[in-house]
Amino acid sequence: MKTRIALVAALALLAMFPFAGATFYTELVTKMMILGIFALSLDLLVGYTGLVSFGHAAYYGIGAYALGLLAPKYEAANLWLTLPVAITAAGLAALAVGIFVVRVKGIYFIMVTLAFAQMFYFVFHDTKFGRGSDGISMNFKPVATIFGVTPFDLGNATHVYYFVFAAMVAVFLFLRMLLRSPFGRALQGIRSNEHRMRSLGFPVYRYKLASFGIAGALAGLAGYLSALQFGFVNPELLSWQQSGNVLLMLILGGQGSLFGAVVGAFAFVALEEIYSSVTTHWQLLLGATIIALVIFLPGGLASVAGRFKRTLVGGVDE
Amino acid sequence: MSDAILATHGLSRRFGGLMAVNDVAIELETGRLHAVLGPNGAGKTTLINLLSGELPASGGSIRYKGADITRLSPDRRSRIGIGRSFQKTNIFLAFTAFENCRLAAQSRIPRPLHVASDAVAFAPVREAAQCALDAAGLAARADVVASALSHGEQRQLEIAMVLATAPEVLLLDEPLAGMGAEEAARMVELLKKITPDHALLLVEHDMDAVFAVADRITVMVNGQVLESGSPEQIRASPAVRQAYLGEDA
Repeated sequence: MKTRIALVAALALLAMFPFAGATFYTELVTKMMILGIFALSLDLLVGYTGLVSFGHAAYYGIGAYALGLLAPKYEAANLWLTLPVAITAAGLAALAVGIFVVRVKGIYFIMVTLAFAQMFYFVFHDTKFGRGSDGISMNFKPVATIFGVTPFDLGNATHVYYFVFAAMVAVFLFLRMLLRSPFGRALQGIRSNEHRMRSLGFPVYRYKLASFGIAGALAGLAGYLSALQFGFVNPELLSWQQSGNVLLMLILGGQGSLFGAVVGAFAFVALEEIYSSVTTHWQLLLGATIIALVIFLPGGLASVAGRFKRTLVGGVDE
Repeated sequence: MSDAILATHGLSRRFGGLMAVNDVAIELETGRLHAVLGPNGAGKTTLINLLSGELPASGGSIRYKGADITRLSPDRRSRIGIGRSFQKTNIFLAFTAFENCRLAAQSRIPRPLHVASDAVAFAPVREAAQCALDAAGLAARADVVASALSHGEQRQLEIAMVLATAPEVLLLDEPLAGMGAEEAARMVELLKKITPDHALLLVEHDMDAVFAVADRITVMVNGQVLESGSPEQIRASPAVRQAYLGEDA
């Protein structure tokens, strides 16, 4: 109940935020929410399926490049055509990679996901198709015209904010629904004890593959939104640093909690913003913060409320 | 002989130079409890692992309802009705006892594409889970997280989970290990209760329990079948006395 109130309050705050009127912060929170979707997608793998992917940026980048490559040179791309293509492309790429990688476990899984992500990185970095290290700048923002009506303007930062906000809420609700379904329950069983799941008759491989594909598709959505917001794509979107960053977001916020994933993404961007305004060596401060957090708050920021309550009331873990 | 629901022929498993299971023929029939005895290292658990698909066989074959299942994966075998329990408790520690059984029961009606439905609210799976908990004597502990259960209760949960998958063949690897006298007695009652409509293979060290419930006993030594027969035959067998039961028999 308490968490529900906190959620509604957070949603209300986000819904009203653009009225504060500062475009810089509206765009910053838009970026946070996009990374929130990205972190949510990885949480499905790390926090709920037990698959620690170190190559999740590949699907984020593919979603972004889908828009970059589909955008015509002299006119605007259509949102309703390019968005489904981006999500599908990222999902299919994840499924194709997943066929190979979900067979392996632990440290090997981390390594092969990284290896595949590096392959995608170099495809965009080193081929004519990917337009090289400079990436692609789009001359026009996509339009949201459907049946002759344009319900919102993607050139307007506030409209983009609300579109991204709606997407993040939709992804959050979708994952919450999925995790309560028989499929989601099975994923959590696999995370807890894969061996026993197989022995109970679950085709574990197929479940993990489906999870990997869904997570890839959602990461593709986040990447697409990023390309939409900034108007350009480059190979850094698929870099291993980006895969590492999204893992750090989960560690910051608390993996295995949808709320935690979003909180982690927000905190990551906020810390980056604050520290980089103080010093050019902001990564050092960010790293120290994350280490401190892992030591003192292993459950991530999302566990703060529960801890606080326990100290006050002296209750026990549920 | 042809009544067997599960039968092996020349089943073998080699670990390097060691024949852990060597040319074993064993048959399970519905309504019968077949116990496997043997000293540590006799190959009893390896035999269960071969039957459940956890380990691939090095030689020989396994037939289930007339079909060769020697190469089927463990999850396929579970789905066609071969359930197993583990010697070392193998449960979902973070979930409640009920959720452990509910997930087990869900494997029979998996509905992976019903992404909009609440798994926990689905009545057929709930009921199967509740039945399994009742049968294993854990009904009162349904909402306790598995890691907080006593060792004996975790052993009961181990069995309840197999029962929740509604198997036709049950492969039980030392279900009584680490149980108190009272819990063990209850488990023996449970074994007796489920035997009429299941085919059971029981690996167990507790001699009293084995002789109380077994319809047939196979004694293994060094991966091979030393003797197989009724409990009376095994009790009377000079070979078994010498090799395994020693002076106690």
